[in-house]
Amino acid sequence: MEKIVEVKNLVKKFPIGNGSFTALKGVNLKFSEGEFAGLVGPSGSGKTTLLNIIGTLDVPSEGEVVVLGKSVGELTPKDAAQLRKEELGFIFQNYNLLPVYTVFENVEFPLLLLNMNTDERKKRVMETLKWVGLTDKVNSRPSQLSGGECQRVAIARAMVKRPKLVLADEPTANLDAANSHNILQTMEKLNKELNTTFIFATHDEKVIGYLHRKIMLADGKIVSDETPTPKGE
Amino acid sequence: MQQFIKLIYMKNNKKNISNESNLVPLQGLGVLFKTAMRSLIGNGLKTWLNVFVLSFTFVLIIFMQGLLEGWNRQALKDTITWEIAGGQYWSQKYDPYDPFSIDSSANVLPASLRGEYNAHQIEPVLLVKGTIYPGGRMQGVLLKGIRPDQHLLALPTRLLISKGTDIPVIMGAHMAKQANLKVNDLVTLRWRDVNGTFEAVDIRVAAIFTTSVPAVDVGQIWLPLDQLQKMTLQPDASTIMIKSSDVNVQHLADWTFKDQTELTKQSAAMIKAKSNSYNVLYTIFFLLALIAIFDTQTLSIFRRQREIGTLVALGMTQQQVVRLFTLEGTMNAILAILVGAVWGLPIFIGVGMYGIHLPMDVSSFGIPMADRMYPLFTPGLILGTMSLIIVVTALVSYLPARKIARMNPTEAIRGKAI
Repeated sequence: MEKIVEVKNLVKKFPIGNGSFTALKGVNLKFSEGEFAGLVGPSGSGKTTLLNIIGTLDVPSEGEVVVLGKSVGELTPKDAAQLRKEELGFIFQNYNLLPVYTVFENVEFPLLLLNMNTDERKKRVMETLKWVGLTDKVNSRPSQLSGGECQRVAIARAMVKRPKLVLADEPTANLDAANSHNILQTMEKLNKELNTTFIFATHDEKVIGYLHRKIMLADGKIVSDETPTPKGE
Repeated sequence: MQQFIKLIYMKNNKKNISNESNLVPLQGLGVLFKTAMRSLIGNGLKTWLNVFVLSFTFVLIIFMQGLLEGWNRQALKDTITWEIAGGQYWSQKYDPYDPFSIDSSANVLPASLRGEYNAHQIEPVLLVKGTIYPGGRMQGVLLKGIRPDQHLLALPTRLLISKGTDIPVIMGAHMAKQANLKVNDLVTLRWRDVNGTFEAVDIRVAAIFTTSVPAVDVGQIWLPLDQLQKMTLQPDASTIMIKSSDVNVQHLADWTFKDQTELTKQSAAMIKAKSNSYNVLYTIFFLLALIAIFDTQTLSIFRRQREIGTLVALGMTQQQVVRLFTLEGTMNAILAILVGAVWGLPIFIGVGMYGIHLPMDVSSFGIPMADRMYPLFTPGLILGTMSLIIVVTALVSYLPARKIARMNPTEAIRGKAI
């Protein structure tokens, strides 16, 4: 299987006052194509920091992170943006939908950045909204949707460009149990059918139950890397 | 569903995605424009308030500048028509700001201009100080002698032709109002001849004319040149000579030529001074609009941190987001121009066709000013104002947007970058 992410001796430090805080302390990891994996741990364990570095939104202080063959620390801002635009999808805890856009426009946005032609764009958006069951909400704005619907729009936005890797940071933190399961089932289905790699950062037991691989982080270090039998299997 | 998804996935060969997708200038601008437009419209009332204030400033600048431009053009045209024609020769001793020079500055018509004089292409005007006694009051006037059959100026001097024994005079409406005189009124005129001897006679108001040029009206009485030359014992004398545009300027001893530009310099300077005071007004309105945009942009960047972080996560560089926010602010100006065109254009067309009536007495302004003004909206004025508004708005939008470039995207996503 194709190697999607490789993390080698990753250290991440944040300046605090005159000193620094080390969020990640020598992390080594590999993710392959089609994985449905999660970084699990309590708040402050470094899971979001690791996810941000894999997502090229941040850079390592030491060590190396290679995403889809590209070393994150060596990417220019333009190259990092290009990688995110073409190959990475993001799902956030607060959905982070563009509030003045409709559902259709939110999902369409990544394709606009890719300069895809209008017909293909419309077709692709509608197909993606069909996967997440929101074709009846195309003209709604995020403020008119429930939390579960917003997160499904966010999933559609992440998936519409068919990324190789989707990074989801606490995707169910603001959802009730029913919506959480619905969202997770949708993502698991997309993972299976499109072979898209999903990496979660979570401490939600509901999410953990679906993971095919569970990487425990504590105090910036990996304490375990397990492959449990997921709930969805 | 599995087959359906796989079918779609197989189609995803990226052939429909441009290889030059890194927001290359034109395509990128299209995306930015589309995105900025959506956000701008999505901002609703706030956008429209900014746009309205800016459009008001836009229309006000064009309207007032057009009015001044129209005034300037009208003043120049009227001054040429009523007062200066193709320029004037002034007797070298004549100084309009020195009243003592008036009576002693007359010169004899130069022999070299005799041909033009006979062809009515040079019109001598003799200036003499005098006093009239309307209704028993004493009032100082400037007597101006001009040939009744002249055609260089729009003055109705043909009405000075009289077969009677009285002395006919014409005057402007403002002068007549000041002296409380009507057509056919007789009024006593006193003056001094070239030897300093006082003389007096009754003059008859032959006509009262209306003009927008105070320089041929206020405090002046026009009478036949030969009559005034006789009255002052100065045969063939004149203080100024008005030249037709059709004859060339000659260098004459004892005379100085003043061209149209020089003779209208003063009124142009006064209009410019008025223009400067209007500039203060525009600046205040413009600043109000710009402060509103700056405030909206600053607030927007603070309020939309998550959106900024999300845009970066979706594949925009921070510089592109800066450009997006700058464009969004600048589009306030573009919308303002469109909105301004919608409500301003009918006004511009209306006032351009029918003019604006000024109900006040404008003769005291000292500048030629018709009672109906026709603004002049030149393409230069409109395009210049549009460019000014767009450039300044872009600058004001860029200043707060620069903050985005310094934001940490991971913090911005969580709304904690500022």
